[in-house]
Amino acid sequence: MAKAGEIQSPYKGEDIDRRSVLKIAAGGVVGAAALGGGAAWLFDRENRPSEEQGRGMVRDYTVPDDPAYPQVVKIQGSDPSQTLSRAVELMGGIRRFIEPGDRVAIKPNIGWDRVPKHAANTNPLLVAAMVDMCLKAGASEVIVTDASCNDANRAYKNSGIGEAAYNAGARVLLPRKDRFHEMVLEGKLLKKWPVYTPLVYADKVINMAICKHHNLTNGLTACMKNWYGILGGQRNLLHQDIHTSIFDLANFMRPTLVVLDALRILVRNGPQGGSFSDTEVKNLLVVGTDQVAIDTIAADIMGRDPRTIGFLTLSDGVLGHMDLSRIRLKDLTA
Amino acid sequence: MAFTWKGIYVPQGAEQHVAADTPAAKDSIRKARLYGATSTKGRALVWLRRLSQAFFLFLFLYLLVNTEYIPSFGSGVETAAGAESVALDMPVNIFLSIDPLVGLSTAIAAHSLFKGLIWCLVLAIPTLLVGRFFCGWICPFGTLHHWTAALWPSIQGGKRIKRNRLQPFMRLKFYLLVGFLVASLFTTVQIGLLDPICLLTRSVGLAIIPGLNYVAAEALNLMALSNIGFLQSWADTGNTVRASTLSQDQAVYNGAFFLGASLIGLLLMNRYITRLWCRMLCPLGALLGIFSRFSIFGMRKDHEKCTGCNLCLLHCQGAAEPQGGVQWHAAECHLCFNCEGACPEDVIHFKFFPRRSDVEVGANMQRRSFMRAAAAGAVMLPLSRVSTGFWENSNPKLIRPPGSVPEKEFLERCIKCGECMKVCPTNFLHPAAFEAGLEGLWSPVAIARVGYCEHSCTLCGSVCPTGAIQPITEAQKVGKDGHQPIRLGTAFYNRGRCLPWAMDTPCIVCEEWCPTSPKAIWVEEVEVRKERKDGGEVIKLQRPHVDPERCIGCGACEYACPVKDDPAVYITNINESREPENRLLLKVIQQY
Repeated sequence: MAKAGEIQSPYKGEDIDRRSVLKIAAGGVVGAAALGGGAAWLFDRENRPSEEQGRGMVRDYTVPDDPAYPQVVKIQGSDPSQTLSRAVELMGGIRRFIEPGDRVAIKPNIGWDRVPKHAANTNPLLVAAMVDMCLKAGASEVIVTDASCNDANRAYKNSGIGEAAYNAGARVLLPRKDRFHEMVLEGKLLKKWPVYTPLVYADKVINMAICKHHNLTNGLTACMKNWYGILGGQRNLLHQDIHTSIFDLANFMRPTLVVLDALRILVRNGPQGGSFSDTEVKNLLVVGTDQVAIDTIAADIMGRDPRTIGFLTLSDGVLGHMDLSRIRLKDLTA
Repeated sequence: MAFTWKGIYVPQGAEQHVAADTPAAKDSIRKARLYGATSTKGRALVWLRRLSQAFFLFLFLYLLVNTEYIPSFGSGVETAAGAESVALDMPVNIFLSIDPLVGLSTAIAAHSLFKGLIWCLVLAIPTLLVGRFFCGWICPFGTLHHWTAALWPSIQGGKRIKRNRLQPFMRLKFYLLVGFLVASLFTTVQIGLLDPICLLTRSVGLAIIPGLNYVAAEALNLMALSNIGFLQSWADTGNTVRASTLSQDQAVYNGAFFLGASLIGLLLMNRYITRLWCRMLCPLGALLGIFSRFSIFGMRKDHEKCTGCNLCLLHCQGAAEPQGGVQWHAAECHLCFNCEGACPEDVIHFKFFPRRSDVEVGANMQRRSFMRAAAAGAVMLPLSRVSTGFWENSNPKLIRPPGSVPEKEFLERCIKCGECMKVCPTNFLHPAAFEAGLEGLWSPVAIARVGYCEHSCTLCGSVCPTGAIQPITEAQKVGKDGHQPIRLGTAFYNRGRCLPWAMDTPCIVCEEWCPTSPKAIWVEEVEVRKERKDGGEVIKLQRPHVDPERCIGCGACEYACPVKDDPAVYITNINESREPENRLLLKVIQQY
């Protein structure tokens, strides 16, 4: 080691030695490499797509179609759990959809700080029944979550879904800002948007929506609109072209299974209601794999003409079928 | 001497700087260094006090971070059939409830002691009997001052001892107390500005905790974006810890910078004079000091044994004159027992019924200064009330929390503690700057650009310690079971900025968010020609309107409006149900 004094005066000419020269040169090289490498790493960094964004595009969680089973089942029943398990049985059983070891994400509607009787959120017993079924089919983990509109703590509590899903064995995640990551959706309207990752990073995704009134979409919000809950950011801007944004989302998210809760529906003051008199008991459940067909049935349940609903006509023939004669529909209510 | 529980801190060079310049004093210092304090009881009390301080500071912070509703699933309550009501699971405001200054000043102003404030007797009665033990043993703000002074002093040794003598300027706290109480008599409660519990709750709850949360979240976010596997999974775990200990969502508050900076500034004063806040400014300390006049507990000094080593003075927290040869000041002493626990000569003993000749009681206020302070307190209210802004030309943005009493009564009760703002789940409530005049500084005001009033939520009323916000039920708030809904104000459209009105573009997010049933915001279906420079097209459009009879002024529309900077729909306080002077609609007036 050179003494400190020698390093401090390397330019005194005659008393500089080889050791000092090498040290200075080495320091310069390391410094230059650090500066150069750092600059290269930082250069135009914001425009390099992260790994995560690249993993966007279409998220396909579907299982192969099987002609032996219907694509959509419409069923009547007042007991949520029994009705759901019967419908899924008709679809070929939960084991057709969930493989042992799967990480399953369930996306109910937990948008609003309302109690179950307000019919603003998915029926909690239905969510619990689905959690139970998935766990029995061998799922390694079932996540139940949604990016609520109202305060999530209250929405999860008052909707009853937090409690019911937790008791059924699910991992209930409250939405947190850090779990939203920007992703490339490559839609017509939605190019890049912050997406709620727990609903995307899963092996299987189940959409469990409730059939509700919504003024902007000609009176209907159901399964496809339910995907709004995977978005963060300024989603209130999307109302300016709600149909295209719903189409983009339904195109981005191709769920394993879709459940439409029409046990008790919200017919007025949607999408959050607030009065029991805004609801009607229908005791209907629609389960299937075709989002477009199921929302077409939802329009029918709400008494709306599906052909007047923009996101359905946009998706017809692309994401599914509005013409129910073109799908294998098992209608037990007919 | 190895570190033992009986050891006392004796600074280097204490012989020169600390002691009186006598051989006996220097000898005392050496004794202290070698053997510690003579009083075993004194040392034991010091350690007990440290334990107590740590416990109550922790309890205070624990209750403050839990002033936030987070549901616990799996508590065994079946909520599927009908939700149980949302409520906090602990009495988060107990420090404010036991604060006798809160009880006294609101009782003077409002002529009523609000329910939970009866708990202030738990503190007031023992103080009458034994003195200001609260300051030394319980007060979380006092503990922070104590620790700052002890761990990070700038002035030490002889200089600190000089500053630890009781100074006349330290009477300021008594004059502040007099001013505040006279203001209360004139029905404006201002103690919250300086009451230590109010100040600490407000500054820590609204600035320090959100600030720490911000730093933690940003650091974890950097980890999450690192694209390094294990760092990312740590970030997720870290965020779970952050959300459960600091706050779930990042809150922001009006003027939080000043709240946080003033707290830090007050703590930094300790570097120059030990617990300067407690000695000079704290109105609660002043009140408890006056209460201690009747204390039967105090100091006995064996003056003849004192060598003048000044170790007691060096460690004194309250400037209570513990050293030999002078009287001990009961009104200043925090009962921290540092002096007894530091004395190497067995001079100082705390005991019941001490000799009166050792004790000086009372505040020693000067009559003229007392009158000046009282006069200052007296002019506060009339000058505020004859300014515009209170009765006339009041601020339309002064939106008070749901369940608030009328403005005049509100100012008789609000102690600006910030509990309502901390608990508000949507960040709707903020400390006012001057929206409510100088009188209403830091009282709660709603800012609907940041949050909105959650329809079923009644948390702010449940944590308000003084009843400025009444504890209400959900049914009372939303207007079920025969109640009229509580209105905070009314929404108005600015059609020049509204997408469907001004730009013929679909939107109605406000209608989606309107929580009343039937909705106070309704839409008109229109066919309009959307003009463009290169032609136009006829489109169907929904244009929103407010039904003021149904509007409750919750601000959800303003919060959700995508016109982010200057919203196209906004609330003002007109037609608020609490204020008979601020009604708008005849039909609504009939209801109340």
